[in-house]
Amino acid sequence: MVSEEKRQRGSRRVRVMPTLLIDRDGRLIKTVKFGKRTYIGDPINAVKIFNRKEVDELILFDIDASVDRREPNYALIEDIVSEAFMPVGYGGGIHTLDHIVKLYACGLEKVVLTSALKDGTALIEEAARRFGSQAIVACLPVKKPLLRSHGVFVRSGRQALDDGPVALAEKVVTAGAGEIILYAIDRDGTYQGLDIDLIRHVSDAVDIPVVACGGASDIEDMRRAIVEGGASAVAAGSLFVYSAPGKGVLISYPSQERLTAELFSLLRN
Amino acid sequence: MITIIDYGAGNIKSIANMLSAIGVASRVAATAEDIGSAERLILPGVGHFDHGMANLSERGFVEALNRRVLADRVPLLGICLGAQLLTRGSKEGELPGLGWIDADTVAFDRSRMHRALKVPHMGWADTWQLRQHPLLAPMDEDARYYYVHSFHLACDHPEDAIAEARHGFDFTVGIARGNIAGFQFHPEKSHRFGMGILKAFAGWKPGEPTW
Repeated sequence: MVSEEKRQRGSRRVRVMPTLLIDRDGRLIKTVKFGKRTYIGDPINAVKIFNRKEVDELILFDIDASVDRREPNYALIEDIVSEAFMPVGYGGGIHTLDHIVKLYACGLEKVVLTSALKDGTALIEEAARRFGSQAIVACLPVKKPLLRSHGVFVRSGRQALDDGPVALAEKVVTAGAGEIILYAIDRDGTYQGLDIDLIRHVSDAVDIPVVACGGASDIEDMRRAIVEGGASAVAAGSLFVYSAPGKGVLISYPSQERLTAELFSLLRN
Repeated sequence: MITIIDYGAGNIKSIANMLSAIGVASRVAATAEDIGSAERLILPGVGHFDHGMANLSERGFVEALNRRVLADRVPLLGICLGAQLLTRGSKEGELPGLGWIDADTVAFDRSRMHRALKVPHMGWADTWQLRQHPLLAPMDEDARYYYVHSFHLACDHPEDAIAEARHGFDFTVGIARGNIAGFQFHPEKSHRFGMGILKAFAGWKPGEPTW
């Protein structure tokens, strides 16, 4: 029986989540700074590999849906989710409660709202009331225009919102979001490390989990986002779909041994 | 055949997917009659406690479950909110729970937690057994499970608590008495660790209450 030893040894775990971007043709791609795209492969094949690697959770984004003004690709999402033995969140093209109802019927655990935030937080409120806060994630894509402070940019980084990241984070929490993904657009695909200051500002302002995303190059970057930034979890794209910066496609994920040694064991319980 | 109870408050499809992946047949119960004819039941659940309880009552499922689970002693597994509904009630809401286990559903005590730890508790946690139980037989040294919850189980009798995890402090994540069991985590989203538990449930032959 596993008990006392494990209790003694038990350390805090944080989620390390691959983000998977799909385009309007249902292909798995990867971007740099929400711009230049590289074809990665078939999303279902990637999910099967991530199953074998026992990843913590997957975040799936259809990065064309809101720009195309179309609904999510439910059939593809359902196919992807039915292969996943871990929780899956989905974002992209979600603008009504009806979209969310259809997405949960696909078997998702969470929906991620981004572009819908341009119309305020009413949809978060409505969705959290119906499905519970744990099922509603707000994603804030953030960049810092020259000589201006950090802003939130939705619709694949094209449309600026009035509120800055901290003010908007507070609003989505009040509306009932259960988690925030903070996505640094300028660092997307760059391997230059996560934006610790930005993460700190937002995670200090809210009491729900903040997922840091954009720029992770290794486990040490993740440790810093958790310990110095106060993030509750970390997400990354390039790190898990390329073998190395500027190199070929390789779907990968660190082993539990590595994560325990280089991340979990260094966290305070 | 496992019957998954559909009462408009759970992710039925994830459970059905995982059962199918491990070769266990399942069907969905949408009526009280479906519950009445079930051999083995899973009560899933996400969302607000009162929403879950109200949905169960509205569909006539509370009576059907009392008959099938308490009287006929059909095995039942509650998952997440489904496990919390087995208790007398929750600090999250006003409505009484099924009350099958002498336990309450309580809020995380933030005063016992480091401020870096947030609520909802969302993510994976090492999970350990408090006592031997057939459903925990597959649990090994590496066992970890996926959790999403803001409230947790608290049993009156230590005998009813079978598993624990930590989020700031150690709390009960598995409860069992006789043919009834519940887990706070999501076995259907916990890789081979969860598959093991679901497989064990598919073959579980509960005896009389063990105390």
